[in-house]
Parts: sequence; structure tokens; C-alpha cells
Amino acid sequence: MSSVRVLVGTRKGAFILRSDEKRKDWDISGPHFAGWEIYHINGSPVNPDRLYASQSSGWFGQLIQRSDDGGQTWEPVGNEFAYASDPGTHQWFDGTQKPWKFTRVWYLQPSPVDPEMVYAGVEDAALFRSNNGGKTWQELPGLRDAKGVLWQPGAGGMCLHTILLDPSNPKRIFVAISAAGAFRTDDGGQNWLPINKGLNSPDEIPDPTAEVGHCVHNLAMHPSRPDVLFMQKHWDVMRSDNAGEMWHEISGNLPSDFGFPIAVHAHEPETVYVVPIKSDSEHFPPDGQLRVYRSRSGGEQWEPLTNGLPQRDCYVNVLRSAMAVDQLDSCGIYLGTTGGQVYASPDSGDTWMAIVRDLPAVLSVEVQTLP
Amino acid sequence: MIRVVLPTHLQRVANIGREIELKVDGPVTQTAILNALETRYPMLRGTIRSHDTRERRDFVRFFACGEDLSHEFPDAPVPDPVARGIEKFMIVGAMAGG
Repeated sequence: MSSVRVLVGTRKGAFILRSDEKRKDWDISGPHFAGWEIYHINGSPVNPDRLYASQSSGWFGQLIQRSDDGGQTWEPVGNEFAYASDPGTHQWFDGTQKPWKFTRVWYLQPSPVDPEMVYAGVEDAALFRSNNGGKTWQELPGLRDAKGVLWQPGAGGMCLHTILLDPSNPKRIFVAISAAGAFRTDDGGQNWLPINKGLNSPDEIPDPTAEVGHCVHNLAMHPSRPDVLFMQKHWDVMRSDNAGEMWHEISGNLPSDFGFPIAVHAHEPETVYVVPIKSDSEHFPPDGQLRVYRSRSGGEQWEPLTNGLPQRDCYVNVLRSAMAVDQLDSCGIYLGTTGGQVYASPDSGDTWMAIVRDLPAVLSVEVQTLP
Repeated sequence: MIRVVLPTHLQRVANIGREIELKVDGPVTQTAILNALETRYPMLRGTIRSHDTRERRDFVRFFACGEDLSHEFPDAPVPDPVARGIEKFMIVGAMAGG
């Protein structure tokens, strides 16, 4: 019987939630790394028991932990993230220039073919890769050549928070940076293109259609159609049908097109999920109702999913890496909130239940589907 | 032997107790103590001082003999009672937050 393992990063530790394919009864372990911020945990697609976790602290900096037994035991691996060349300066909130400085790892993406290879997206924004299971890390500095001097931090920092590896083309990688935009490499990471045509940010940057500077919150892709990308931007939900060459808006009838996460159904490439929140300054759901919105048409037409989610007095947020889907026949959707709840839907979003209610604020959710 | 006290978070990272003893060769300075600590527990590299500059992290402090040594020159000798193993060299997470 198949099972699922949900990897939850929180402000004060990591939690691992396990269930069978019914996804009704859950075993919860944790906190792992109690007291530390766990920005992300992710598993290797080719060796699911190999997990990587980003463990950080304002006091003691960055650690990377690795498990080879599905999260039962962990060992610290390499934590030296040295920029490959002098990164110079980037734009600061006030428009002045500020030196680049490593702060933390936001996102870990293991390779789909090599359990020893893993990518790390960091703040200040850069992409690193390890070819030895996280023991050592090398930057792919060509990314910063994509007008890095014009990048600026979003409210959470100048972070590289999303990494999508094209399953059909090992040389193609997409990343997203707040607030710089989306970028693509077609040569394995040496050269990068800003892919932000069609984005419009009139209230955030002086040139609203600039090549870089957009606050992209999250990207999603269905592995069967890697040229089709979905984006939750600061404002606007966007879609590209040509690997980011051009974007068009698909916000349609959403009650708000501000939000953080975006996800695609495991088996329906045109079924997309977002979690609208009220605005850039009010990071909570409209009307105190936590509603996931689902489009079965690749955008524009959206339906609210409410069954089992709180529909009054709810003022939590769902952060950019805190929604994920499993691969079971009846696709499961998972989201974690800043209020510490992790909700799961075993039926593509039709019904929801809280797996756990009182964790620290959830920073990230990933799910592994195990045989 | 030099007596070193670590904060809880770093005890867990290194899987050790609150106080450890370190052998330090040559003059006993903050740098020498941290070098010995990181050699024995390499997983602590980068958590107390920067990988590249070797400077103390902003929210880490060093106490000994009732004094704050955080801003002493890292290559200056530590107080004699620390060097003789009588007093503890304390690595502390700064009191920040509520």
C-alpha cells in the first residue's frame, strides 16, 4: 500500500507527518532541530529516504542537515555558502546599493536523477549546487549576471525561493527571486535569462514592465508540460506557455490576486491551486475565510474550496513554499499556515481536514509519495 | 585543558553536553580555543564565527571570569584562570528578544 510523508518546516523546528493512502490517520514526529527555523525540507526523488533540511538561526547561522533514513536520524553536512566571485552590490529597499551578504538557505531542490546532487536557493539571492550530498556547495554565479545589481529585497529578504528542474531537459532550470523576478538557464546554469516579459508591477517598481525587479512569489510546473509555467506574483496570477518567454494574467474571478503559493494537480496539468490573501499589507484571507481556489481550466475561472477549512475569524497566511501535492491516484493537496495548522485534502481539494493544528508558524510543506 | 561551555542549540548540533574540555596547543587565545573546538566538532564551523572572515557572529558572545570578552582582540591571551582550566570559557547566544 502506498503512503505519504509530509515534510513540514516551521519557525521552531521540523515535523514529519506520515499516513497511508487514505490520508485520514496521521503519525507526527518532531520537533526535529527544536528551536531552529527550518525554511525547507525536501526529499530526493530517486532515493526518497534521503532528505535535506535547511536549518537556520539568527544567532548561529546556517546549517544543512541530511537524513538517509527518511528523517529518523540526521547529520549536519556542509554549511559554507561562499559566493564564487565578489558579488558586489544590489539595490536596497531605499534604492541605494548594498553589499551582497549570505544570510540563509530558503529552498532545497534535490536532483530528479542523482541523489548526491542538490540545489540550494539562498538569501542574498544566489543558486548553489552540491554534487556530494551537501558536503560542499558551489555557486552558479552566472545567475547574478542577469542584472543582479538591480535586484532588491522583498519584505522577507532578497531570497531565491523557488527552483524548478525541467524533467525533460537536464540543462534547463527555472528559479524565482524576490524581488528580482523569474530566470531560466538552458545550459545547466552557466548563463541565465530574465523571463519576465508580460509581468506588470506598477505599484512596486518605477518601470512597471522592467526586465527585472518584479516580486515573484512562487512558480509551479506540471512535469508532463515543462514549458507551461504558473506564477503567483506579488499581485497577479500569471501563466506562460513558452517556458517564460511571455506571461499573461490568469487571475480571472479570484477575490484577490495577491498570494504566495501556487501548485499544480499531480495528474491534471490544467488544474491549478492558489490561496488568495487580501493584500500586500493584509496578509490574511479575505473576510476571515481560508479558501483555496482551484482552476480546472488553467486559470481565469476559479472556484473556492471551503469544505473543512475555517470559514470565519481566520487570519492566517499560507507562505510561498507551504503548499504541495502528492502523487496518489486521488491527488492530495497540503498546506501549512502561519497559525501552525497543516491541512490536507485527499480528493484534489474537495474536502479538507487539519492533520495537526498547533505547530509553530509553518514556513514550508513538501510531500513525498512512497510505494 | 580548557573548559568550554556551549549554548543549548550548539550542544544539540554537536551532540555533546553543556561543558566540554579542549586541549589547546600554544598560547590560549579566543582564536586558539575556537580552532580547537571546530577541529574536534567540524559541524560547528560557521555557527560561532563566519566561515570566511572568522569574525564572531553578531549574536554570539564570549563570557569568562564574570567579564564580557566578546570585543577583546581574538588573538590576545584569554584570562589566566581560563587558560589554566579553572574558569570556563562560555560561548553564549546573545540575549535578544523577549
